[in-house]
Amino acid sequence: MNDHTHDSSHATAHGWRRWLYATNHKDIGTLYLCFAAAMFFTGGLMALGIRLELFQPGLQYWHPEFYNQLVTLHGVIMVFGAIMPAFTGLANWMLPLMLGAPDMAFARMNNWSFWLLPPAAALLLISLVVPGGAAAAGWTFYPPLSIQGGMGMDLAIFAIHLLGISSIMGSINIVVTVLNMRAPGMTLLKMPLFAWTSLITAYLLIAVAPVLAGAVTMLLTDRHFGTHFFKAAGGGDPVLFQHIFWFFGHPEVYIMALPAFGIVSQIIPTFARKPLFGYVSMVYATCAIGILSFLVWGHHMFAVGMPAVTQLFFMFMTMLIAVPTGVKVFNWIATMWQGSMSFETPMLFAVGFVCLFTVGGFSGLVLSVAPVDTQMQDTYYVVAHFHYVLVAGALFSLFGAVYYWLPKWSGNNYCEPLGKLHFWWSMIAFNITFFPMHFLGLAGMPRRIPDYALQFTHFNQLATVGALLFGLAQILFIYNVVQCIRARYGPADERPWDGAHTLEWDVPTPAPHHTWESPPDIALVRKGLRAQALEHGHE
Amino acid sequence: MNVEKGLHDAHYFVPAPSRWPAVGAIALFCLGLGAALAINAVPAGWLLLASGGGLLLWMLFGWFGDVIAESESHAYGPQVGWSFRWGMAWFIFSEVMFFAAFFGALFYTRSIAVPELGGSGLSHDLLWPRFSAEWPQQTGPSVASYTPMGAHGIPSINTAILLSSGATLTWAHWALLKGQRLQLISGLVITVYLAALFLALQAAEYHHGFAELNLTLASGAYGATFYLLTGFHGLHVLVGSLLLCVILARSARGDFDERHHFAFEAAAWYWHFVDVVWLLLFVTVYWL
Ligand code: HEM
Ligand SMILES: [Cu+2]
Repeated sequence: MNDHTHDSSHATAHGWRRWLYATNHKDIGTLYLCFAAAMFFTGGLMALGIRLELFQPGLQYWHPEFYNQLVTLHGVIMVFGAIMPAFTGLANWMLPLMLGAPDMAFARMNNWSFWLLPPAAALLLISLVVPGGAAAAGWTFYPPLSIQGGMGMDLAIFAIHLLGISSIMGSINIVVTVLNMRAPGMTLLKMPLFAWTSLITAYLLIAVAPVLAGAVTMLLTDRHFGTHFFKAAGGGDPVLFQHIFWFFGHPEVYIMALPAFGIVSQIIPTFARKPLFGYVSMVYATCAIGILSFLVWGHHMFAVGMPAVTQLFFMFMTMLIAVPTGVKVFNWIATMWQGSMSFETPMLFAVGFVCLFTVGGFSGLVLSVAPVDTQMQDTYYVVAHFHYVLVAGALFSLFGAVYYWLPKWSGNNYCEPLGKLHFWWSMIAFNITFFPMHFLGLAGMPRRIPDYALQFTHFNQLATVGALLFGLAQILFIYNVVQCIRARYGPADERPWDGAHTLEWDVPTPAPHHTWESPPDIALVRKGLRAQALEHGHE
Repeated sequence: MNVEKGLHDAHYFVPAPSRWPAVGAIALFCLGLGAALAINAVPAGWLLLASGGGLLLWMLFGWFGDVIAESESHAYGPQVGWSFRWGMAWFIFSEVMFFAAFFGALFYTRSIAVPELGGSGLSHDLLWPRFSAEWPQQTGPSVASYTPMGAHGIPSINTAILLSSGATLTWAHWALLKGQRLQLISGLVITVYLAALFLALQAAEYHHGFAELNLTLASGAYGATFYLLTGFHGLHVLVGSLLLCVILARSARGDFDERHHFAFEAAAWYWHFVDVVWLLLFVTVYWL
């Protein structure tokens, strides 16, 4: 029996079973990444539907109800279907490799976390064709609107339940892998920063995904079982939903930002050929964000009405959170300072991230000022703000990560010129799309509305053209990845980036199905740590 | 920590490809879609719910069966044991946060929303005639009059029952550590019996609420928080008692020894967690 169970860890299934029954972290990571890409294009098509309608004032293509469904599904699919699964996929692929572990801590449960995602996406897409259409209350699902919708709203609620279960299990897996499966000699303060940010992200998700589940459960009982949580007519309060939602929602935005910080902290030292500046302060900043992000949710509710002291509290807490974020930005810049830099595609995306995330951070700081936010709430300024942090932030870091690790995953090179073209095209198109939205918002254009006043036309046309260009650029990305996997650009080196010193680069290329089946040799670990200046000492 | 203790298993157990996660995903899909259809009065929803439930049961039996078999064949080394313990602890943390959402709703409604309406200087006619800012609110345009649930009687008895079940479980645990199987089994039997008693009394309490106090889910914010908090707690008691039943059956079969009994520990942690939630509930929902 003992022999049998040992052998089974090497067993592999073939054909469709390999993917459906997977227990291998690389296979599951690949599944996550492919799913995220599919959802990215689904949500992207919806975004183009939105932009199409907004090309001209007046109603062109969609009924206003359908427009609202597009906005809602675009938001939900991008957040829960594209960005979060992509980060979990990366954590699955990379954590065992970086930490020297044979797999994730709970390999079987890992597969369940993934396979709950396609059913959730199916529920969301099915909701488009049920009577009454999909949920149309925005990704924030505020009552009373969300209490009034039809069956589509219920499908969205159950989709969120599935996504929540998936997130909780995926996060428990990540936390336990990081805490319990590190190579000998790799103490917590010596592990790659991506492991740190994944750990804190997972902890945030375990803390807030159940809260979201609770919120939508109350919504469900208000809709169908006669409760009055959010109905004033029975002594409940719709504002209560907003509090619970944003208690989840603000940590959620860091769930989409912290892994990006981790990725960028891996890429920049590699291409600056210098150890990460201020490693320990990076870790502390990450932990500080992990705590502070629970104390700022009220900044989404300044316009809802709350006592002045509460407004002040949330305002100052929000500004405080800019401090650890600023620490990170300065550390990245200091890492690049006097480095011998080269600008391959991953580095371009990382530097693009630092520049544009900072822009998004600054517009966030503007919004944190309560009297300013009361003017700006629900305008296109907010849309501009969160797309700077989500698209130029989270998404750019993901592109960078894929270009960075693709050679190790596939064993092949990608096409460098095409990658650079993808970057510059995305960078320019992104700014054409979203920069004008700042002006639109400042001038008072409201979000989530299919029509607008005539004076907003030019900026909207610019944004729509930009969005189309941005969408086209992503075809380059997929083409490049597919051709790379098909070995069109030649085999990759074992260590394609000479400045990379973390453990994942010590496994063969392409990374074999099973790696680190027994923990890596401590001397190997030490060598890498010394190269990252995380350990000082003599041979 | 594991590093210093040299706790690395030579071969960390990685399970073979398994069909259970996929079965579980299909089950939850059927349950989600089925529930959405059923609550919107589409009869096919019930069919989906039933098949989803069946699949889920099959998956639970199959999956836990595999895990128990692996555990009994000593496939898990000490490092895997640590993973399990960490995993269970974080799972319970997520459950704590789930309850936090409902407790938050209760505290917010009681201490912020209702007093604010009372003190806002608004004419109460804007809300409804005879509005008064008290908790529990017993009137409202869409609320039939009802009587709130008191803390005496069943809730107090149930508190005593759950607390003693925690004690009997610990008594069983001591027996397991000392290798006294008879005491282990009798401790578990008493615990499961107390759990069943708790659930039966709670059912009686709900019946009392519905039939005599006219206290329903629709009884304003009070009825909503009362039933969802106690209901989700009751659901957790049910799950906990099922876990304890499995542990009991395994103990009777001869599983576990002084050092290898993670499943017992996990069920016990879960049980104590359910216990603590009840104490909070008793104080904030029934008593104060
Ligand atoms: C080509 C890229 C994208 C374009 C052109 C785009 C465009 C838009 C537009 C026009 C809206 C509607 C704003 C409104 O009326 O309120 C919107 C909303 C939103 N977008 Fe995007 N988007 C893109 C990518 C993304 C990505 C990658 C994310 C990642 C998380 C994202 C997250 C959101 C969210 C959360 C909303 C709010 C939805 C709501 O109001 O409920 N978007 N986007
Ligand atoms: Cu926020």
